[in-house]
Amino acid sequence: MSTNHTAPEEREILVEMRGLRIEGQSEDQWNEIVHGVDVTLRRGEVLGLIGESGAGKSTIGLASMAFARPGCRISGGTVMFDGMDLTAMPESEKRKLRGTRIAYVAQSAAASFNPAHRLIDQYSEMPVQHGVLDRATSESDAVDLFRRLKLPDPETIGFRYPHQVSGGQLQRAMTAMAMSCKPDLIIFDEPTTALDVTTQIEVLAAIRDVVEQFDTAAMYITHDLAVVAQMADRIMVLRHGNLVEEGNARAMLANPREEYTRQLLSVRSFQKATAGDATQAPLLKVEGVTASYGSGPKVLDDVSIEIGHARTVAVVGESGSGKSTLARVITGLLPLSDGSVSYKGEVLPPRLKDRERGQLRTMQMIYQMPDTALNPKQRIREIIGRPLSFYLDMTGSKREERTRELLSLIELEPDDYIDRLPGELSGGQKQRICIARALAAEPELIICDEVTSALDQLVAEEVLKLLQRLQDDLRVSYMFITHDLATVRAIADDVVVMLQGKVVESGPKDEVMTPPHHDYTELLLSSVPEMDPDWLTRVLEARQANA
Amino acid sequence: MEAALKALRKAPPTALFGMAIILFYVFLAVFAPIISPYGETEIVGEQFEDWSPDYLLGTDNLGRDMATRLIYGARNTIGIAFITTCLAFMIGVTMGFLASTLGGWVDQLTSRVVDILMAIPSLIFALLLLTIFGTSMPSLIIIIAVLDSTRVYRLSRAVSQGIVVMDYVEVSKLRGEGLWYIMKNEILPNAMAPLVAEFGLRFCFVFLFISALSFLGLGIQPPTADWGSMVRANADLITYGILTPLIPAASIALLTVGVNFVVDWFLHKTSGLRE
Amino acid sequence: MSQILTMVAQRLALGLLTLIAVSLIIFLAVELLPGDLAEAILGQAALPETVAAFRRELRLDLPPHERYIEWLGAMMQGDMGRSLANNREISELIGVRFGNTLFLAAYAAIIAVPLALFLGILAALYRNSLYDRAINVVTLSSISSPEFFVAYILIAWLANTLGWFPSISNVHEGTGLLERLYRTALPAMTMTLVVVAHMMRMTRASIINLLASPYIEMANLKGLSRMRVIVHHALPNAWAPIINVIVLNLAFLIVGVVVVEVVFVYPGLGQLLIDSVSKRDVPVVQASCLIFAVTYILLNLTADVLAILTNPRLMHPK
Repeated sequence: MSTNHTAPEEREILVEMRGLRIEGQSEDQWNEIVHGVDVTLRRGEVLGLIGESGAGKSTIGLASMAFARPGCRISGGTVMFDGMDLTAMPESEKRKLRGTRIAYVAQSAAASFNPAHRLIDQYSEMPVQHGVLDRATSESDAVDLFRRLKLPDPETIGFRYPHQVSGGQLQRAMTAMAMSCKPDLIIFDEPTTALDVTTQIEVLAAIRDVVEQFDTAAMYITHDLAVVAQMADRIMVLRHGNLVEEGNARAMLANPREEYTRQLLSVRSFQKATAGDATQAPLLKVEGVTASYGSGPKVLDDVSIEIGHARTVAVVGESGSGKSTLARVITGLLPLSDGSVSYKGEVLPPRLKDRERGQLRTMQMIYQMPDTALNPKQRIREIIGRPLSFYLDMTGSKREERTRELLSLIELEPDDYIDRLPGELSGGQKQRICIARALAAEPELIICDEVTSALDQLVAEEVLKLLQRLQDDLRVSYMFITHDLATVRAIADDVVVMLQGKVVESGPKDEVMTPPHHDYTELLLSSVPEMDPDWLTRVLEARQANA
Repeated sequence: MEAALKALRKAPPTALFGMAIILFYVFLAVFAPIISPYGETEIVGEQFEDWSPDYLLGTDNLGRDMATRLIYGARNTIGIAFITTCLAFMIGVTMGFLASTLGGWVDQLTSRVVDILMAIPSLIFALLLLTIFGTSMPSLIIIIAVLDSTRVYRLSRAVSQGIVVMDYVEVSKLRGEGLWYIMKNEILPNAMAPLVAEFGLRFCFVFLFISALSFLGLGIQPPTADWGSMVRANADLITYGILTPLIPAASIALLTVGVNFVVDWFLHKTSGLRE
Repeated sequence: MSQILTMVAQRLALGLLTLIAVSLIIFLAVELLPGDLAEAILGQAALPETVAAFRRELRLDLPPHERYIEWLGAMMQGDMGRSLANNREISELIGVRFGNTLFLAAYAAIIAVPLALFLGILAALYRNSLYDRAINVVTLSSISSPEFFVAYILIAWLANTLGWFPSISNVHEGTGLLERLYRTALPAMTMTLVVVAHMMRMTRASIINLLASPYIEMANLKGLSRMRVIVHHALPNAWAPIINVIVLNLAFLIVGVVVVEVVFVYPGLGQLLIDSVSKRDVPVVQASCLIFAVTYILLNLTADVLAILTNPRLMHPK
């Protein structure tokens, strides 16, 4: 491959969108969701589109293929691709461009590959159907691409069906498929969001390599500024369908102009001061716990952890590590098969239904998805009030007064919110209501299961700060289940690292987070993207040196 | 209330048409004795008399007034179908919610029993049971309600299974709430929309089912006025080119169309809100 | 591959178990008769000796489980006992009639299945178009109408007014195929009208469901032609729902003919069942119910097995 050494800003313009407006349909009405955005992309350039949910980044990405999802339409502006006006082009002409000159990599490869066909058939479909290559050439190309993308068994992996291949591998196979016609532009729509961090880093490296090697222009869409920092030459920050700031990636990260960009950049800087007393007898003690679902394999294997008074213990691990199962065992939803859970020195019955109301009250839980954790048909008054009457026998005006107090505590104006349904709240507000409901029981321990991972980063940070303030005020302990090491850094006193149902390493945060690490902790820590644009290169080099 | 009115104003013409039909039928059913010119089983003239000012739709095979029988038919057929559907829902929803909330062997047992009951086509099963228990009104209602409750069970179990896995139900369980509280406060309010739609559809099914049985002479028994048996008793007229016997048949179709239109709109609306 | 064989075997075993359970229900239902069958049939006034003799004839003196095994064994060999109404061999009564019923169902199915699939797929592809909305109203009206309503309208119009087809479908063993097709045209049309509406709506719903999958969006973004997306990407995953729709409606056709047979006085199994129910001819009712139930269960079993066999995830396990 010949690499073009011309500086990006001098190269030919590939995509030019002017005054792009997109409308979305909700309840028989069309509302504008993208309000006149300009996008310019030159050949060989990688443009990062970044923003929180509702920023319109995916919609803009698809618009560069002149494609609108069902329920959306491009209502204004022009989309020029290589000098052609896509908005004025008939559908059949657009179809000829899609796949051959502009390709798309979706967020969930597992759902976007057709379950009925082999990977190689889906790979060759574009070149063969569009008449670009014959089947044999395309298949040998595929093996070459699979190899470049570091897929295992590149010669044979194509003959498997999608469900026979892992998530990270599928995402790379989808990148290979996008490359099959050597397009001028590839749209990457959050390609690593659904992956674990240790898998994400491999996929990021693979994508960056092939995009560079083939000198393909790319639009990289993500909500994670640290990821886009590794991939993009230029960044566009979007919010509510408007452009906030645009510029060279390195320059913007070093010196953001807009307040919103600054906030996004500083989102991971919050750090608590260590609280609580580690020397006191622990509040909760989990000893040698083993558990499994039905007669299946062990999901937890000899797990022991301790949670101190007014301390925050972060339980970290990737999917399948057993961290959420541990919470289910502690709460009694899943009876343990061996070991014990004791609370203030008293062994708790393993089954939920054998526990007394007082025991249930002291331990409350907050969930990942505030949408599913609140009954959509109950008003806030009932949601927060029910534990008050259930545990504390509060009724009438006393209950009402306490409900209002709790709303003030989580920084929501009682008069505005007490009569609302959950559907009338934003994600962050819902999570605050969940916190208030947990607090209503006056617990000593709150188990937080990935409470910030479904929230946008800025909102997540606010929720973390609130939880911290509540701990300082109310001296409550937290067990914080998370896959996100930034959250651990922000809020933990103690850290427990889990892998495949076992505790790999545990101890005070400073000990666990500073070297020397256990191998797995090292892998996990080094895989978390950092804002530094050279981070990916550095980590890969370090790993290569060690190997 | 305001929201309901607003929704009504935006309803498509088919739905409004459906609602008008339902209201009209309910009116007929409630005020049957006042509206109808003669008594339900009263013989007022000769057999098969033509349409005339005295007998608006003529007379039937026994010389009873067709218009009167038609109005009373609304009352009997709709009333019985409605009671049967309510009964089917009481059985089906309770069992379905219990099975999904309790899980384990309760779920296994009820689901297997329902599987077996549903393995026999319902018309055939109903015929078998009617042979044995006879075609009295109570046995008709109970047999159809029990057979139909299997469908209600399947739906309410499926809907409620989707709700039971929600974190807010787990929150209730962790709080230590009882089974009754969870079913009434967490599951029922969230299952309401699909259940209401299903009620409409099940009512149509039961209504058509009873009409078919009556048509076969195995449903509502004479001299009670009923649309299905009216068609059968006067069917001979059709061969002579007189279409009066089609009026009760058309009345059945019209009501079911009406209910279906309303349900269709309701389903579209509730599923649209979820997106 | 072994996984899929296990699943099919499990499904077949379950089907067998269902068949046994259903035969037991049909057999036991008679036990629920107030008094017993002999009294029920002969009436209160019969002499005790007559009742006792009748009981022996019906083998009612044996314990229920022995009778059940005997009954089931005889049924499986095609011996269904004798009718109480006219003392004829039930197998003789049923044989030809069941054939007639299957003929009518097949006749309707050959027209209805392709038509419904075609209309359904069309409605799904042109969703919310004028065609889709119009067909929605038409099919809703059609499934809302009792079968006898549709039947009598066809009689009034095509038989009485136009005189194209006979309003009574009297066929017998000697009737030739063409004649048979002509005489049963109206019942077949009635059933087609009712079933097509159901089937078309179900087809439309499953196709729409399928078209919302991310892999269909991907296929569109790959710039494939509309045809290619449907045939190559949607269809291979649509078999399970489509087979389900077809089989469900075949079952509906075979069982749902009862009313249509009565309207057109067609000598099918449904007609016989209705007659026997009014005469309380219990052995005939039992035998007909069993035949209907077995057909229904076998069809559903076929659907389930085909659904397993066409599932790519199961066909190519990890």
